[in-house]
Amino acid sequence: MSKHTSVDADFLALPLETTSNAAIDSAKSLGASHVDVRIEKTRTGYLQLRDAKPESQTDDSVVGLGVRVIVNGAWGFASSPVISVTKGKELAAIAVAMAKTSKPLATEEVALAPEPTYAKKQWISNYEIDPFEVSDSEKLDRLASLSNKLLASKSVNHASAYTMYVKEQKHYADSFGTNTTQQRVRIQTQIEAVSVGDHGFESMRTLAQPAGFGWEWMRNDIYDWDSEIDELPTLLAEKVAAPSVIPGKYDLLIDPTNLWLTIHESIGHATELDRAIGYEANYAGTSFATVDNLNKLQYGSAKMHVTGDRNTDHGLSTVGWDDEGVAAQRWDIIKGGVLVGYQTDRRIAARVNQERSFGCAFADSPSHVPIQRMPNVSLQPDSQGPTLAAMISSLEDGIYIRGDKSWSIDMQRYNFQFTGQQFHRVKNGKIVGQVKDMAYQATTTDFWRSMKVIGGPSTYVLGGAFNCGKGQPGQVAPVSHGCPAAIFENVNVLNTVAEAGE
Amino acid sequence: MISAQELIERITSAATCDECIVIVTETSQANLRWANSTLTTNGVILQRSVTVLAFVAVDGGMAAGGVTRTDVAISEIDAVLKEAIASAHSAGAADDAAKIAKNIVIGNWSDAHNPTGPDVFAKVAPDLGDMFKGSVADGIELFGYAEHTHKTTWVGSKGGIRARYDQPAGRVEMTGKSHNRTRSTFEGVATRDFSNVSIANVDANIRKRLQWQANKIEIPAGKYDTVLPANAIGDLILYMLWSAGARDAHEGRSAFSKKGGGTRIGDILSSLPLHVYSDSAYKGLESIPFVASAASSSLSSVFDNGQSLKRNDFIKNGKLSSLLQTQSSAKITSLPYTPVGDNFIVEVDGASGAIEDLVHKVDDGLLLTTMWYIREVDPSSLLLTGLTRDGVYRVKGGEVVGAVNNFRWNESPIALLSRIAHVGTSEITQLREWAEDYDRCAAPPMVIKDFNMSTVSPAN
Repeated sequence: MSKHTSVDADFLALPLETTSNAAIDSAKSLGASHVDVRIEKTRTGYLQLRDAKPESQTDDSVVGLGVRVIVNGAWGFASSPVISVTKGKELAAIAVAMAKTSKPLATEEVALAPEPTYAKKQWISNYEIDPFEVSDSEKLDRLASLSNKLLASKSVNHASAYTMYVKEQKHYADSFGTNTTQQRVRIQTQIEAVSVGDHGFESMRTLAQPAGFGWEWMRNDIYDWDSEIDELPTLLAEKVAAPSVIPGKYDLLIDPTNLWLTIHESIGHATELDRAIGYEANYAGTSFATVDNLNKLQYGSAKMHVTGDRNTDHGLSTVGWDDEGVAAQRWDIIKGGVLVGYQTDRRIAARVNQERSFGCAFADSPSHVPIQRMPNVSLQPDSQGPTLAAMISSLEDGIYIRGDKSWSIDMQRYNFQFTGQQFHRVKNGKIVGQVKDMAYQATTTDFWRSMKVIGGPSTYVLGGAFNCGKGQPGQVAPVSHGCPAAIFENVNVLNTVAEAGE
Repeated sequence: MISAQELIERITSAATCDECIVIVTETSQANLRWANSTLTTNGVILQRSVTVLAFVAVDGGMAAGGVTRTDVAISEIDAVLKEAIASAHSAGAADDAAKIAKNIVIGNWSDAHNPTGPDVFAKVAPDLGDMFKGSVADGIELFGYAEHTHKTTWVGSKGGIRARYDQPAGRVEMTGKSHNRTRSTFEGVATRDFSNVSIANVDANIRKRLQWQANKIEIPAGKYDTVLPANAIGDLILYMLWSAGARDAHEGRSAFSKKGGGTRIGDILSSLPLHVYSDSAYKGLESIPFVASAASSSLSSVFDNGQSLKRNDFIKNGKLSSLLQTQSSAKITSLPYTPVGDNFIVEVDGASGAIEDLVHKVDDGLLLTTMWYIREVDPSSLLLTGLTRDGVYRVKGGEVVGAVNNFRWNESPIALLSRIAHVGTSEITQLREWAEDYDRCAAPPMVIKDFNMSTVSPAN
C-alpha cells in the first residue's frame, strides 16, 4: 500500500526494544499485572504566510517514553523525554508507585478486552514525499505563488495561507507480547482571501481537506489547488455583494466539505462509548446516545449507514495497530438509520463485556495516557445515489452549503450550530447566487432523520481535522470523515447579524 | 541531560549567526482524573522543550528561523544551529523584524527547575476519597480533574539576555450529577499550590446546587437578564483579547477595525468605569514579566524576546485604550508598543458584592453556572456562540426559584459590555471553556441585560 517500506532509520536506531523490554520486565517484577510502553517521536512543521510573506514558521519535535501499568486493578503512568534502559526501569517503578497510591481512590477494577498478539510488526502510512525532506523554500514558494494569485485580484485585499505537516513515529510493546513500530505522515493546507471595504470585511478559504498524504498533496494532480485559487476571488466578490440570508426553515444541500464536521460533532463524539458511560462528563461531556439505546435508537433516516474504521487509505485516524496493540478494523456504527455500534478501547470494551476492542486507543504524546479516540467515522454514499448536479437540479427552494467554518455543539451532542464558507441559494433546480451571514442549527436526531437524499459515490469526499480535542490533560487527535453530499429537509437557518442584535 | 543553563551557554556561544536566542522550558506535572466517583487515570509528566532561534542579516533586513526539540544533546548543537540558520535564510527578511533586547538579567538564572509531583495532592487526595464515598452513599456521581504544574522558562541570547521565570499553576474541577444524571452541576477552583483548595467547600456547593435543581422549569429561548459568574465573564473576555490583534484591526480585518480605516481605539465600549488589563505583578496571578516567544504570529514576535511585560490596559474606564501589539505591529499601526502578559483582570471601580448579591438585584432573569463550547460565528461583530452548562437557574424577585433547561446562546463580548446592569467584586476565578489553555484570570460576576439565549438545548 505505502510507497515506503520501512520506518525511518533514525527512529529505528533508538534503543526501542531494549528500553520497552526493560520497562516491561521491571514493572512486572514490581507487581504489575499489565504493562504497556510507547516510545514516540512526533515532528510537526508549520509555515504561515500573511500577504505572501512568511509570518510564522516552526519545526517542533517531541520525543519521549511513556510507561503504563495495571497493579491490583488500578492504573499507573509515568513518562519522560529520555529514552534509555535505565529510564525505562525508573519509569516502571514510578508508574507502579502511582498505581499503588491511586488504588484507594480507584474502586473500579481495570480489565482489558483480549486481543491476539503481534510480534515485531511494522506499518507505514500511504504517502509519497516526506514533507520534512522538502526544502523550506520550496514550501514557501508554493504557498507564496498561490497567495500572490489571490492578491493579484481586485476583489482580494489580503491573503493568508498555512501548511501544517506531521510525521508520527511510534514503537509500542506490551506484556502480552505485542511489539509494533509505525510511521505515518499527514498534511493540512488552507488559503484564505479577505475583502475589506465599505462593507466591512468578508473572507473565504479553500475547501481542501487535511489527509494522510505527504508533500505530494500540494501538487495539482491529487487536489487541484490552482483551479480552486483561480475561482476564489470571484466567489468572494459574489459573497461580499450577496444579500443577508432571511432566517427560517430551508432545505439544505450540504457538501461533504461542510458535512464532515457535522458528522464529527453529532455522530463521531456521540458514539464514543467512554463518553456515553460518563468518563468525559467533567470535560468534553456525555452523550444522548446512552447504551440502553443500542440497536434501538433511530438516529437518522432509513438509508443512513455510518461506519467506524482505522484502515481507510489516507485516513487521518488510520493505523496498523492502535496504542493498545489492537489491529485496525472497520465496523458499523449506524445501519438502516439505527445506532448499532460504538467506538471502544480495550478497557471500555471489557467494561461492557464486548469480546474485542474496536482499536480506538490513541495518545497524542508519550507524556499522555492512551484514551479512546475517534476512528475515521464516515457516512457511506448511496451506491445508486445521484450526482451533485442532479441533487442541485432536484432542489426546488433551498441552500447549497460548501466548506466548514464555525462549529459548536452541546455537552450531550443534541443542539448544534454550524456556519460555512459558501451559501448558494438554489431555486427551481438552479443556483441563483450566494447569500451570507448564515448559520444552520438543529438537534442531532431531528437533523439526521430529515436526510431525504444521500448522494452517490461521485459526491464522496474524505474530510477531516487535525485538532480534535478530548481528555484531561487535553489531547489532540487527527481524524477523517468521508461522506457524500446530502439533502436535509426543513432545517433551522439563523441570520448571524440578527443574532448579534445589529 | 545537561542543565538548561549550560545548554543555552553552549548553543549561544557556538552560534555564528548575527543573533541567537535560546528558549528552554522545563515542565513537571501531576494529575488525577476521576469519573463515576472512581479514579480513572493519573499521570506524572516531566518535559523539556528547547527552541533555537537564529537571526541573520539578509538583503532587505533581518531574517529569523527557529527549531524546537524535546532536547538537544551537545553533539547535536551544531546541526540544530545549522537548521535554524537555514530556516532563516529561506524565510528571507522578516516582516516583523525589530530591535532585539540585549543584556537583560531577570530572575535566578542558575537555579534548577523545582519539580512538582504527586505529593502536591497529599491533602486533597484523602479528602477526595471521603467525598467519593459520601456522594456514592447519597446518590451523587462525581466526575473531575486535578492538575498541578510547575513550568520554568529560561530565555538566553548571544546578546546577553539571561531571563528566567517559574510559573506554578493548578486547578480542581468537579462535576456532580444526580437523579439518573438529570441534574448536573460544576465547581472549579484555581490554585497555585493546592493550599487554598477545600474539598469540603466544593462538596457543599455541589450539594446545594443539585438541591436547587429539584424544581425543574422548562422555558423557551429568548432574551433574559442573566447573572454571569466570574468564570463565564473570564471565558468571554479572553476570547475578545485573543481577537484584539492591532495589525488585524489596522488592516480592517477584525471587530476592532473602524469602518473606513484605522482601529477602534478610543471607542467607548461601556459606560461603566470598566477596566480590562494584564499585569504580571497582580497579587495571586503573578506571571512571566518578560516576552518569551518561540515563534512569531499575528500576536507575537520572536524579535520581542526579553521585552518587559508590565501592566497594560486594554480597556480603561470603559474605553478601548490599546490592542495587542508586537514591536513591529506598533510601527505598522503607528501606536505604542503594548504587549499583553500572561494574565488578565476585569474590574469595575466601586463595584462590590458576591454573586448572591447580584442575584438579589434581578427581578426576572437567569443565573448561569458555566459556559461551554464557545466558538466564533462572525468575526466582524465578534459574535460568539456557546452553551450554558451544569445549571441554569430561574431568578424571580431576587431569589433562585428553580432550574431551567440549557440554552445555546449567540452573543458578542464587545456588545455585551454596553449592557452590563450590575457588577460584583472581582475575584480570582477558574475558567471553564478555556481551562486547558489559560490559567490566570480575575473577573467579577455581572448581570447582563437581554442576554441572547438563541435556542433551547435539551442536554443535561
